[in-house]
Amino acid sequence: MTATKPFSATGNQMIAEAMRQADPDVMAAYPITPQTTIVENYAKFVANGAVTTEFVTVESEHSAMSACVGASAAGARVATATASQGLALMWEELFIAAGMRLPIVMANANRALSAPINIHGDHSDVMGARDTGWILLFAETAQEAYDNTVISFPIAEDPDVQLPVMTTLDGFITSHAMERCVMEDDETVRSFVGDYAPANGLLTSPTPLGAGMFANGDSYMKSRYMLRHAIQDSLPVIERVGKAWADTCGRPFDVVDAWECDDAELIVVVLGSAAGNVRHIARELRAAGKKVGVVRPRVYRPFPVKQIAEACKGAKAIAIMDRADSLGGQYGPLAVDVLGALASAGQSAPFHNYIYGLGGNDLTNDLVHKVFDDLEKLADGSLGTGGTSYLGMQEAEGAQNIWLG
Amino acid sequence: MSELIEIRWHARAGQGAVTAAKLVADTALLQGAYIQAMPEYGPERTGAPLKAYTRVSDAPIEVHNTIVNPHIVVVLDDTLLDSVDVTEGIKDDGTVILNTEMTATEAQARLGVPAGVKVAVVDASGIAIDTIGRDIPNTPIVGALAKVTGVVPVDLVKERLTETFGKKFSQEMIDANLRSVDRAYEEVQTA
Repeated sequence: MTATKPFSATGNQMIAEAMRQADPDVMAAYPITPQTTIVENYAKFVANGAVTTEFVTVESEHSAMSACVGASAAGARVATATASQGLALMWEELFIAAGMRLPIVMANANRALSAPINIHGDHSDVMGARDTGWILLFAETAQEAYDNTVISFPIAEDPDVQLPVMTTLDGFITSHAMERCVMEDDETVRSFVGDYAPANGLLTSPTPLGAGMFANGDSYMKSRYMLRHAIQDSLPVIERVGKAWADTCGRPFDVVDAWECDDAELIVVVLGSAAGNVRHIARELRAAGKKVGVVRPRVYRPFPVKQIAEACKGAKAIAIMDRADSLGGQYGPLAVDVLGALASAGQSAPFHNYIYGLGGNDLTNDLVHKVFDDLEKLADGSLGTGGTSYLGMQEAEGAQNIWLG
Repeated sequence: MSELIEIRWHARAGQGAVTAAKLVADTALLQGAYIQAMPEYGPERTGAPLKAYTRVSDAPIEVHNTIVNPHIVVVLDDTLLDSVDVTEGIKDDGTVILNTEMTATEAQARLGVPAGVKVAVVDASGIAIDTIGRDIPNTPIVGALAKVTGVVPVDLVKERLTETFGKKFSQEMIDANLRSVDRAYEEVQTA
């Protein structure tokens, strides 16, 4: 193996290292907590000559993504990082990056949105990018933040994909906690990622090209239809690249991490770092003979519909945990996706949707136990299906079963 | 089941608790352990109470939350006892290590912990002033932690400290820190 000895690092350090190894041509970025240490570390690599990247300092995230769009359209390998309000400020550019089929790689340290002001981890920011046409990856650990970032480049730049990829990790929980990590050597990563040969770079193409042109109804809709196919069809590419990286580094890759789901009757579906909290308790319950399973989509867009349905097929009850809410909607975003996946497979099971961990609110072991206790009740019918609650706020008036009452 | 040891640090901002939390994790990593170390982020003002966390395990650590049932509580400032319930949720057979001039018996009475909880005291601030010349009790208290809990061996703590501090401090300062570790290791008292 080519991996380094184990060392301690934060998720942000690991993402900066992965980006250093991929050595993009251009990085345009603006600092924002809890992402700042990614671009801060990267700026040091630039200053020390460890990379060939042209680092563009800009006056806002809107400008950062605009510069990334321009550089990527020109034919450069491009990376950046953001979080929270910064991602929100990029919103219109996110659609442009995807619509122009630009393989930009961006790290997002998932964080709450104002108001009230909060710098901590939740998925409110990234869920705002859910429908933009970006591929969205969620890391559970600092190690996985590294691995996801390495594979982001070949996925984005694959000739059959040509889409921007967002490699996300949970703000503070994963971005700033120090964990045991390893890293493959630079040569291994460089040869895995390869050189980027843009098919249609504005400055690399031998023939003149236009990009981001005006399109009326018929051609606009056709363009969006092609975009839908492009992101849908990227799933097998993500799987192929992820598996190839797993073969290289020896760490597993699945688009959906389905833990102990073969015979699981009580299943929790959850994204990101919280999956570790849930599995931590699920192991205890398994040891006590409970048939519990944990389903963690590592890829959230494109949504791995078949893999989710397959993982949940033996479920007698399902808890879907959302670290963001869809205000005014019945369920959080992950729940809507999971329920859609089950419906399209002709499956159903009693379920409950939990909104948890907003603004970094701690997902304690007790709260995870509460979810598993509820699953038993859902399975035996003593808790009705279809409810939504704010986990840990059961004492707040009306917080339990918001849409059931 | 694998063994997971959870350490919660209570300090005031500026006392070096985060450095200590990381030093213990990094030392355990040298022994091949899986580790986690993180501060509880909030408004950062020197002197404000803060918490930090260290996890050490022989298996990969999956859980990513704050530590509410610690095996070990380390308190770097005994004035926190007036305002913070430092032993909240501590395991029945847990250990508290306190930077104080109190005796172990006095500290035990002051903390009011169950009989199964081991209470250890060390004047880490006094040691820091003697050796380092400033009231930065974080390195000596790690020496006391090594002695009382055995989570990490003291020799490895010193090896790791030399490596980490070597990047930014003079040899004189490193030696002073190493002496502070040794002294706390020798002077820590248990009730």
